[in-house]
Amino acid sequence: MDQKIIFLTILGMALVTYIPRLLPVWLLSSRSLPPLVIAWLRYVPVAVLAAMLVPTLMIQDERVYVGLDNLFLWATIPTLLVAWKTKSFFSSVVAGMACVAIARYIFGI
Amino acid sequence: MLRDIVSSFNKDRCLAGVVRAFPIVLGYVPVGFAYGVLAQKAGISTLNTILMSLLVYAGASQLIAVGLIATHSPPHSIILTTLVVNLRHLIMSSAIAPFLKRWRKLELGTFAYQLTDETFAIHSTQFPEEMPSKAEIFATNVTAQTAWVAGGWLGVAAGQLITDVRALALDYALPAMFTVLLALQLKTYVQGIVVLLTGLLSVVLLRAGIDQWNVIVATLLGATFGIIIEQWTKKSSS
Repeated sequence: MDQKIIFLTILGMALVTYIPRLLPVWLLSSRSLPPLVIAWLRYVPVAVLAAMLVPTLMIQDERVYVGLDNLFLWATIPTLLVAWKTKSFFSSVVAGMACVAIARYIFGI
Repeated sequence: MLRDIVSSFNKDRCLAGVVRAFPIVLGYVPVGFAYGVLAQKAGISTLNTILMSLLVYAGASQLIAVGLIATHSPPHSIILTTLVVNLRHLIMSSAIAPFLKRWRKLELGTFAYQLTDETFAIHSTQFPEEMPSKAEIFATNVTAQTAWVAGGWLGVAAGQLITDVRALALDYALPAMFTVLLALQLKTYVQGIVVLLTGLLSVVLLRAGIDQWNVIVATLLGATFGIIIEQWTKKSSS
């Protein structure tokens, strides 16, 4: 793709990313929200992460696949364990990546 | 605003903000690195790769965009995907807004620009405990974005040396980051149920052909389901 078109695409991405970040703090920072809305908002961070994550773990080559050689799916277990044990963002990400890299090396997947 | 920040400038305060960003820095450098390598492989120029980190500054959508550029997707579908993926910031921004009372528009504008999943995770944990000074908050945000840009730049620089991203599991950096953020945020089991339901719903929607919208639709339904279970268990226990 032409770099000029990529640059224009980036500008478009920047705009559609900034507006949803900006509008709520601009409009809502001076008023209080109903308690039910606030309770609902508390579920959003985990729901968003799950909605983005789970498809990358369960879908391979455009179909649902949960076989033993689906490394991303199974790497979730050590990644979660390290995260809960260490509470460290960095160690856990690196540990998860190391598991995938080592499994690929050993099994040649 | 600049004068305010400069006059309220206090080295110790800023340092505390920088230190608070450390866990993010440690996460952003490797993920940013993966982004840089993949962007380079997708044929995006160094300048554009860095500009995307400076202007868009959203990890997940940058990695998705790189994938779409590599497969020559049209710009409008890349921008639409970015919009949908980043609509979640609407909800994060709403959740953080009550803590930013009496901030000026320009300060809010600067804060919003650097609101990511990770800075949101840090701030939404910190703000209810003790509200840091503005200088401290901006120090955290600037440190985080600097790490993101630097990681991307390192990835571009190393990209020519790395022929196989799979061997280093760089393609797993993003799923790993999401998994860890989830693990660190899970506190109750209603949340656990929400995670499972939302995740599976997202898969089902995707397989049903509703790509691009699956994240936002699954999130809205999943969070709503969470609040229903919460209200229901409250009522049945009281």
